[in-house]
Amino acid sequence: MKRNPLVIVLFYLLLVAIVIPIIFPFIWMLMSSFKTQVDIISWPPRFIFTPVMRNYQRVFIEQDFLHYMKNSLIVSIVAVLLSLLLGLPAAYSIARYKQKKLSVFILVARLMPGISFLMPWYIVFSRLRLMDSYIALILSHMLIALPLVVWVMSPYFDAVPRELEEAGMVDGLTQQSAFLKILLPLSGPGVVTATTLSFIFSWNNFMFSQVLSQQKTRTLPIAVYNFLSYVEVDWGAVMAAAVVIMAPAIVLTMFFQKYVIKGLTTGAVKG
Amino acid sequence: MVRQGFVERHLRILFPLPAVIFVVVLMVFPVGYTFFLSFTNWTLTSGRPLEVVGLKSYLQVLKEPRFVQALGRTFYFTFASVIVEMLLGTTLALILHRNFVGKGLMKTLLLLPLVATPVAIGIVFNLFYDPTIGILNYVLSVLGLPQSGWVSDAKTVMPSLIIVDIWQWTPMITIIVLAGLAGLSTEPYESAMVDGANSRQVLFRITLPMLMPTILTAVILRAIDALKTYDIIYSMTRGGPGYTSENLNVLAFKYSFEYFRMGQSAVMLVFLFIIVMAFSLLVMRLRRIFEM
Repeated sequence: MKRNPLVIVLFYLLLVAIVIPIIFPFIWMLMSSFKTQVDIISWPPRFIFTPVMRNYQRVFIEQDFLHYMKNSLIVSIVAVLLSLLLGLPAAYSIARYKQKKLSVFILVARLMPGISFLMPWYIVFSRLRLMDSYIALILSHMLIALPLVVWVMSPYFDAVPRELEEAGMVDGLTQQSAFLKILLPLSGPGVVTATTLSFIFSWNNFMFSQVLSQQKTRTLPIAVYNFLSYVEVDWGAVMAAAVVIMAPAIVLTMFFQKYVIKGLTTGAVKG
Repeated sequence: MVRQGFVERHLRILFPLPAVIFVVVLMVFPVGYTFFLSFTNWTLTSGRPLEVVGLKSYLQVLKEPRFVQALGRTFYFTFASVIVEMLLGTTLALILHRNFVGKGLMKTLLLLPLVATPVAIGIVFNLFYDPTIGILNYVLSVLGLPQSGWVSDAKTVMPSLIIVDIWQWTPMITIIVLAGLAGLSTEPYESAMVDGANSRQVLFRITLPMLMPTILTAVILRAIDALKTYDIIYSMTRGGPGYTSENLNVLAFKYSFEYFRMGQSAVMLVFLFIIVMAFSLLVMRLRRIFEM
């Protein structure tokens, strides 16, 4: 059956109509980050302008965003690695021994309003003089990453046939080394999914860092937000900061599109 | 039979143990403490020792108009955004569920809003919404419509925030429903073809009922987060103008970390948690009905 070319044209027009609202905010943000303040506040809004680098200079040189970026990277990377260290064995055990209650117990962290642990942490970390420390931030971000690792990995381990491990155990491996040497290498795509998703959610986190970090460990979302507290908003610089903060998550998503989709749809779709 | 070592015999305990200890120390204890605080009228900065007042603190919060309004707004925000996201997201998925050139690119574009940092998204939308320089008021003026105050006007602030939520999270429903569509069995469709069903009958009698469990799970996931929305609201309005865009989470945050009224904040958090739990259980039950 041959499709009517008119139908195809209409379909693509529909796609364009869907895509424009999705990407327009990103395009406008990117354009504004290269505009002077005069171009940004001009009325009507300008689509054609002479791009300038001044906003990025302001972000990186005057505002020291490299420092905040370093903080964000340290917190997210360490939190994700530690969450994998704790979460992978837990997910394996949940999958192998059908520990359903255990998985619910860990996933309840997703339901809880974050402030209900943030408030006690704030009190305890203040007493321990751990405010504005990497330790406090990393621990708090682990509570974002760990449930995601368990959520993504336990169905994944569940789907790997037991025979593969058992074959290794017949060859004299202990169960834990069969897990490490056979199962984990086979689960690369699952680990990539869990890592990417938990990194993105930790990277984007605003509330925990807002309370637990100050100048020394301040992460990017807080630095971007603080930009707004000036009397007159320097929109160009704010948009440049927004580009800087979103870039890593967007690049990761483009590289690992399939994995991100897999992670987001885990648990929602049977199969 | 090979003799098993200590680790192997206790694997089911040893493997999850570190994660469990972590969750107990960082979540269970703190949540327990917050629950305890909800029965006190403790204010961190008052210097007075904590005093247990029992349910009186709950009554106090219930009498606070700011709390009652925030409670209503939490429901308003969640229902409005999740319902639109469900309808729009499912429609988009039904449109995109076919083979076409550029489908991979389309999926990547759909992912962008939901991986974008909410605080930064909020700031970008603030630029859109700016009454004097924002592009949205420009579009309205070109169309000959009256301009709006968007987030700076108490009357329009909530719908404006809901639009941002819809923009950011509709694609998540689309992605989940697309995955659900790909997994549907073809059998019912074949028998419908034999019976000569038209495409509308196929959609409403076969596709949507079979998709319902998937859609409902997506709705749970989305509603849990919508009920707890914080980043977008705080970064765009801080709950303003006045208190007109405060939801429970934003209000509880302010009570904790701006007024340091920990006891009152804890009461609000208990309410919020009960709402999230009740909603999740309700939809899960609904889902089970569809699965039968």
